[in-house]
Amino acid sequence: MENIISPLIGGMLIGVASSFILFVLGRITGISGILAGSFLSFSKTAEAWKYSFIIGLILSGITMKVISPDSFNYEFIGSIPVTIVAGLLVGFGTRLGSGCTSGHGVCGLPRGSARSIVATLVFMGVGIITVFIKGML
Amino acid sequence: MRILVGLMAGMIFGIGLIVSGMTNPSKVIGFLDLFGNWDYSLAFVMGGAVIVNLIFFKLILKKKPVLDSSHSLPLKTDIDKSLIFGSTLFGVGWGLAGICPGPGIVNLVTLDYKAIIFVISLVIGMLIHKGVQRL
Repeated sequence: MENIISPLIGGMLIGVASSFILFVLGRITGISGILAGSFLSFSKTAEAWKYSFIIGLILSGITMKVISPDSFNYEFIGSIPVTIVAGLLVGFGTRLGSGCTSGHGVCGLPRGSARSIVATLVFMGVGIITVFIKGML
Repeated sequence: MRILVGLMAGMIFGIGLIVSGMTNPSKVIGFLDLFGNWDYSLAFVMGGAVIVNLIFFKLILKKKPVLDSSHSLPLKTDIDKSLIFGSTLFGVGWGLAGICPGPGIVNLVTLDYKAIIFVISLVIGMLIHKGVQRL
């Protein structure tokens, strides 16, 4: 039981943060879109909250690293080439597919968006298949 | 004001990612390992977030946003090739590294070289998409 408490609390915080953005700014919290629309936009008209949201993500990491260093007590998996390929695929794929786990999953599913439901099923299904194939190799 | 809202939401979102276990790549891989040693616990992350938003989004969408005249929601409704193909590529990358964009950014604070290489590659992937779009 206890191993689902932290995921549940963390998930609810993620919900609260995205509801807060919709409530105050009227926007969907999609992290791939927020990153592309801020630091990678190279545009002077980019919305300032997108920059501060990304900085907030980093600050959350720094805060947790200070108050609870054990939170980051894990390793990164895969060789350097695999990490590079994975990063490229996640970056390119989330832009082409208009969203990631946050925009399509956390925000799209509760909106009942057909596009987001399909996208979430596809990236989760493909993720499961990828891990399965990796396990066979 | 908007800057402060973004900052606060980013911090809450990030703490949620860390507390939930979503930033831990092995845990994410364990969740995706449905046909192996499946760790179902991360299903409660998406579950918790979706339940909160199911309740709040309905109420929020009834009124205009506090700092804007209207909500800006995605307008596209067609399930096109880009959506399917893009989500497929994302799924492969997610399954390989166990990191999606939000946790990727948060994990920069570990200063682990793989975490940094992942985000640099993710940024390059996004910029390649931007370049291809302009062709």
